Amino acid sequence: MITVVRAGPLTTVQDMGRPGLAHLGVPRSGAADRGSHRRANALVGNPEEAATLETTLLGCALRAEASLVVAVAGARCEVFVGGVPAPWGAPFRVGPGQTVDVGPAHAGLRSYVAVRGGIDVAPVLASRSTDRLSGLGPEPLADGHRLPTGAAPEAPDHLFGRPEAAPAHATELELMPGPRHDWLASWAALTGQEWRVGSGSDRVGVRLEGSPLARSRDGEIASEGIALGAVQLPPSGHPVLFLADHPTTGGYPVIGVLTPEAVDAAAQARPGASVTLVLRGGSA
Amino acid sequence: MIVRRVGHHAVLVEVDDAAAARALHAECVRRREEGLLAAVDIVPAARTVLLEGVSAALVEEIPGWDVPALPAEEAAPVVIPVTFDGPDLAEVARQWEVSVEAVPRIVLAAELRVDFCGFAPGFAYLSGLGRAVARRESPRTAVPAGAVALAGEYAGVYPARSPGGWQLIGVTAARVWDADRDPAALLAPGAPVRFVEAP
Repeated sequence: MITVVRAGPLTTVQDMGRPGLAHLGVPRSGAADRGSHRRANALVGNPEEAATLETTLLGCALRAEASLVVAVAGARCEVFVGGVPAPWGAPFRVGPGQTVDVGPAHAGLRSYVAVRGGIDVAPVLASRSTDRLSGLGPEPLADGHRLPTGAAPEAPDHLFGRPEAAPAHATELELMPGPRHDWLASWAALTGQEWRVGSGSDRVGVRLEGSPLARSRDGEIASEGIALGAVQLPPSGHPVLFLADHPTTGGYPVIGVLTPEAVDAAAQARPGASVTLVLRGGSA
Repeated sequence: MIVRRVGHHAVLVEVDDAAAARALHAECVRRREEGLLAAVDIVPAARTVLLEGVSAALVEEIPGWDVPALPAEEAAPVVIPVTFDGPDLAEVARQWEVSVEAVPRIVLAAELRVDFCGFAPGFAYLSGLGRAVARRESPRTAVPAGAVALAGEYAGVYPARSPGGWQLIGVTAARVWDADRDPAALLAPGAPVRFVEAP
């Protein structure tokens, strides 16, 4: 059992989400930066399906009721156990009654805190993820919350992952032309400017601000399915990069689709940061 | 049929109309059940089916598929009892140029079907009204769970309290969504649906 000492601005339980239910209107959800979630789990010997804690910008603090093995990946930050520095990107032990403090992100936005055995809150539709769009899954963490941890997997310590290098926090996001790329008047206008990450960005999507993009045509398209990483062009001309909690269908044209690596990088882009979109493999 | 790539792991298949989308969705589900198609998500919509978690090679393969038209109705419809007391009945009547009393009659007579789901878990877009309704100019900030509503060519039931811009014509006690129930969604794509007057 873990007690939340400092929840931070938005810390949620996340796993690999609820794939396979989009036809019922259920968002995929799950960790916004899936690569970092996987690495945090690997560091403590968990399978990728184990639930981690996803912090936002300012980290969180947790008190262990029993001895725990913990690792922090994703956005790089200071980590303390009982006030003593602990490694980022490597597993460490937290004794009973000790508090692990995951500090503000030095770079990036979301750190992932994995506990050996996983966070064992009750699953909803086979996932423990908090979905900020639909409200499925557990509430975001609040001070004083108690979180059960699962039984430690049978993995010897030498199978634990190796210490991680900090992710590059790419400011270049690779994308491919999307199914409705012909709605975009100028591909160069999309890839040729520095976009600013808008303050309205969240787990649903990264909202880009810059010179609005013109459409090549008027009208609307009938609602169609949306894939993870879709770059949608609303009438405002400001593109939205869809992350884990994206809606399952939408009526604005999808002009591009981020690569899986770019989805993870976009999930680490802070509001106010600059990003550019780079076409992957050839021209549109 | 037009098949478009959607990044590395998805394709979007565009067809002529809702009936073709339903038929294609059924064919995709059949192929997955028979082990002929590996797809994580098969997402039907108004005139498209999105296949997610697939090989991009499907872009070449799908146009060669034989997609049979769906057979005439075989399954019993999902029955949803409705109390027609919505605040927008008069507005719908005005748009349809009928009396307020005629609106429930038209809706009760319609043979509805789930074209697709979206907006929220368990929110089904029901086609078959045979007439369209413009959505409200300003959406309500809160529509109660169970509200029965119309917009565009569709009818729908709000599965949970949420903002909404559809015209509210009534309410049902049927729970179209319950995450703790199996199946969680009462209305899945392709299902026939009938509204009946609540006792």
